[in-house]
Amino acid sequence: MANPDVPKLESIAREGRVQIIRMLTHAGSGHPGGSLSVIDILTTLYFNRMRYDPTRPHWEDRDRFVLSKGHCVPAQYYCMARAGYFPMDRLVTLRKLGSPLQGHPDRVALPGIEAATGSLGQGISVSAGMALGLKLAGKGSRVYCVLGDGETQEGQVWETLMSAPKLGAPDHHLDNLCVILDYNGIQLDGFVKKILDLEPVTDKLKSFGWPVLEVNGHDVAQVDKALDQAEVTKGGPTFIVAHTVKGKGVSFMENDPEWHGKAPKPEEAVRAIREIAGEPLPSWAAPVVAELSALGKK
Amino acid sequence: MAAKASRAAFGEALIELGAKDERIVTLDADLSKSTMTAGFAKKYPGRAFNVGIAESGMIGLAAGLALTGRVPFACSFACFLVGRFETIRVSVAYTDAPVKLVGTHVGVAIGEDGYTQMGLEDVACLRSLPNIPIVQPADELETRQAVAYAIEHPGPIYLRLTRQNLEPVHDTAYRFRFGKVDVLRPGNDVSILATGGTVWNSLEAARTLAADGIHAEVLNVATIKPLDEEAILRSAGRTGHVVTVEDHSVHGGLGSAVAELLGEVMPTPLKRIGVTTFGESGDAKGLYARHGLDPGGIVGAVRKFLSR
Repeated sequence: MANPDVPKLESIAREGRVQIIRMLTHAGSGHPGGSLSVIDILTTLYFNRMRYDPTRPHWEDRDRFVLSKGHCVPAQYYCMARAGYFPMDRLVTLRKLGSPLQGHPDRVALPGIEAATGSLGQGISVSAGMALGLKLAGKGSRVYCVLGDGETQEGQVWETLMSAPKLGAPDHHLDNLCVILDYNGIQLDGFVKKILDLEPVTDKLKSFGWPVLEVNGHDVAQVDKALDQAEVTKGGPTFIVAHTVKGKGVSFMENDPEWHGKAPKPEEAVRAIREIAGEPLPSWAAPVVAELSALGKK
Repeated sequence: MAAKASRAAFGEALIELGAKDERIVTLDADLSKSTMTAGFAKKYPGRAFNVGIAESGMIGLAAGLALTGRVPFACSFACFLVGRFETIRVSVAYTDAPVKLVGTHVGVAIGEDGYTQMGLEDVACLRSLPNIPIVQPADELETRQAVAYAIEHPGPIYLRLTRQNLEPVHDTAYRFRFGKVDVLRPGNDVSILATGGTVWNSLEAARTLAADGIHAEVLNVATIKPLDEEAILRSAGRTGHVVTVEDHSVHGGLGSAVAELLGEVMPTPLKRIGVTTFGESGDAKGLYARHGLDPGGIVGAVRKFLSR
């Protein structure tokens, strides 16, 4: 799509960061680091790219989105609520008994989720299968898959990285598939580089037959431009390496493996939200700060 | 009908059904000549995907195809397919993607290749997932009907197929009913519940036992999950003795399913015949004898069980 409304997308993503912090604080558990690193990518996909209808989540001609790094689903829940799949006030039911907002995505419980993910390495294969199925059915829908960098250590990811560029040839090439790597450099136990380095990941992907685009994953204009390019690339799927910062937007979370899978306490959440929203506190963020301050006093 | 491997009957049925149903696609991991989907691939090359020796990826691809309206048959040896349990668990079962999982080369009956290629734990693994039925046909006729049923089944399903030829146990009027056992031979002294490659052997055993005045009822349990509880309880209630026979680990398969049912509802003496060790290389006949799955082994086990 030409000319994304960058300030609007940035504002949606900023509120997304606040809502991610809010959800996780209410839940008392979850994954802030990767949710904050992926939110700009998801914002671009949900609000400037994908075709979908929240009132008809199973609409046949919709584009598909699979969050292969399922633990960062709070970012997706925010986008879905904001898009109208369910009311925003349901976000605080994340991880609570009876909520369709499961700790990791559940297709059956929440219409609009396309596949259960969270057991890492699987979403990319399912996405490629969807892309092939849509091609066989003669549909013009596109499939977007977001992979984690730690996740990319899984063998199943490489099985699909090997097969997807040629899959469906000669009549049904998967040029309707775009895989985006949220390359924040950190996994649960520490830095990806130290645990099992992916580098040189771009060279590896190219040698497997993927066209690779590299972007700053927090620059929605850059992300959007790459998505444009992916859309016009024919003959096979496209890979976007999105360089991101784990915990982006909250100074004490940024680049710290501690915040991979730990929810903020209410007072930390308030600090985080004040940083994200800026001072003086804008009117849209004030109720969240009040709510979480009250939660801390309970 | 002559004896035929259920994998062969599957391959033939798929070619026929594929002509009528464009949605059917096959996925293989370099074993299409063994799973017998090679014929389908030759006839419908645009609908057959050999993804290389990459079973996890294959199962994930199948899930995506199923979620976009195709009817994918994801095929491999049972051990390699269900060995990727985690992908089945999340991308197929929890996602509720209507993938048709097909595991061939089940049990010690594959013979010479030895343990690493034998599907001996597949039923145990898949029984633990809430929404994947398990169907193991006993002969060619039943296999053809089970394949047709799998296409109509609205969710994921697992077909368990043999490498070895299976003697026919049904007459041509037989109609497979999902979730139902069929009584192949009536009797009042002991209920023999068998599945797949051991069904014909159980019938043979029943004929031998009859000569001794022991009248065994032989039930073909083609649907291992969900179990036909009513019919099994009815038979067990009448005979008072139940024997299960399966070419699968004695832990977690048909025998375990029957033990759970009887233990909870109607405690009944039970003898489970199955594989209690790793498998090993050898000729199929010799292996069946070693593991007590041949007619002689079943006869001996039943006699010992009834004379306790």
